[in-house]
Amino acid sequence: MSRQAPAAVRASANVVGVVVFLLAAFPVYWMVNSSFLDRNEIRNPVPTWVPFGGDLDNFRTVFATDQFVNALRVSLMVTGLTIVVALAFAFVAAVAVSRFRFRGRMSFVVALLVIQMIPVEGLFISQYKMLEAAELLNTVLGLTLVYVANVLPFTIWTLRGFVAGVPYELEEAAMIDGCSRVQAFFRVTLPLLAPGLVATGVFGFIQAWNEFTLALVVMTREDQRTLPLWLSTFTDVNRGTDWGGIMAGSTLIAVPVIIFFLVVQGRMVSGLTTGAVKG
Amino acid sequence: MSESARRGRSTPLPYALVLPATLALALALGYPLVRQVVLSFQDSGLAQQFGRPPEWVGLQNYRDLLGDAYLWRVTARSIVFCLVNAAVTMVLGVGLALLMRHMARGVRLLVQTGLLLAWAMPVVASLTVWQWLFDTQYGVVNYLLTQLGLDYAGHPWLLRPLSFFFVATVIVVWMSVPFVAFTVYAALTQLPEELLEAAEMDGAGARSRFRHVVLPTIRPVLLVVGLLQVIWDLRVFTQVFVLQQGGGSARDTNLLGTYIYRLGIGGGEFGMSAAVAMFMLALTVVLTAPYVRTMLKQEADT
Repeated sequence: MSRQAPAAVRASANVVGVVVFLLAAFPVYWMVNSSFLDRNEIRNPVPTWVPFGGDLDNFRTVFATDQFVNALRVSLMVTGLTIVVALAFAFVAAVAVSRFRFRGRMSFVVALLVIQMIPVEGLFISQYKMLEAAELLNTVLGLTLVYVANVLPFTIWTLRGFVAGVPYELEEAAMIDGCSRVQAFFRVTLPLLAPGLVATGVFGFIQAWNEFTLALVVMTREDQRTLPLWLSTFTDVNRGTDWGGIMAGSTLIAVPVIIFFLVVQGRMVSGLTTGAVKG
Repeated sequence: MSESARRGRSTPLPYALVLPATLALALALGYPLVRQVVLSFQDSGLAQQFGRPPEWVGLQNYRDLLGDAYLWRVTARSIVFCLVNAAVTMVLGVGLALLMRHMARGVRLLVQTGLLLAWAMPVVASLTVWQWLFDTQYGVVNYLLTQLGLDYAGHPWLLRPLSFFFVATVIVVWMSVPFVAFTVYAALTQLPEELLEAAEMDGAGARSRFRHVVLPTIRPVLLVVGLLQVIWDLRVFTQVFVLQQGGGSARDTNLLGTYIYRLGIGGGEFGMSAAVAMFMLALTVVLTAPYVRTMLKQEADT
């Protein structure tokens, strides 16, 4: 990057850069902007570009609806349960894959990669039938089951990289100093893995919090909707759409995700294109 | 690693450690897969919803599907949509990554901030915003186009299939470019600077430097990223489904995913929809094979 391109190239690159920034960021800005506007400003033929004089009425309306509060409750339960179960299962599996060489290890890794690519649309019909037969449709447990399976492959794959990043020699040193193997693992390796576990957990949160398709299939009853389902039913052609309210709802759902995403982004991107984090 | 590897060979411990994950995957994905194969050979429609046991019909569902012009239309539509979206995303993402190297520091930071915001947006939230932007009556897009002197006042974007897919493509591309741009840009920062200088001193022009130095360095990343785009864009569901609810005609805009949903869960034709799902799975597996091979090669190299 030290070499200088011709001035004309640099100037046009900068212009393109500013345009790309505007195109990429504008919808996010517009969501937040509109969430502060009242009905008259929303329905003004000339858009209100900056929310001067805006207020929090839309947010108040959203919080006052039972459907939102209920969806928030369902979303929090499913997301929380999914993260806990997926992290626990993925963690032990990641230790096995990166600390042991055993027969079937390679098939396990290949299976993870293949499963990660399976489209949910390819299986949701029979998942629906299975959950229906087990009477788990419209239950937090049922949705959690399919969510766990959904995030497990990527979670194991990523954690595997983090575990491999902690040198085994550290554990050995602790064992020489008198720790048992289990003690060495919990006292030396686990603390070093904490950032990796947090990053992976946040990724699982984003996945489960945003997921739409499986929620649509499993949660058919209105009182069991998750937040994305609640939000999608807002834009019904048959009703006059309350864009201010929708944007307030979207902002509420998006802000935690955007914050979390910015925190873990750097750690997670590499996971898809390389053998995750190399030690 | 090698030390622990030797240790691990004789113990059942690693198997106990992968057991919970394996069981969860087998229960939530493996069992449904087997069930789906069976289902795709059965006549399981509305009559079965009312208690009649499913009838074994062999390949009838598949035969019906192969003869169904609508399925072919949906498949062709899905493939075209997938290829167009993947191609546009790749061209914009790679072009942006190349340009990012020549931007001033501040501008590059600006671009990265914008891309991160677009990338971080939850899909349903971004769908509602884009629907609001493209809204017929009060949308910003119609307003701006009208200000430019075009006749777009009250233009209904979702009504006609072609314009419906234009909106869907804008949304999918907007969401997908950040991943491509960031990944390719990261690969570009690995470029051997000396090699570029040497090529320049030897009189290689910008184009030939790109072809002989830049491209070979980023080719593996381009392949994986491109493949991922194709796989992901083949299964676009949420965007199309939500836009259909927002006013598009489902029949004229169904892709494979929404078709399976509407056939099975919407219409109760579980046998038929299971067969379409098997078809979609097969398509994905074919596309995934080279991805898995590349990832495993990288794994072996590390």
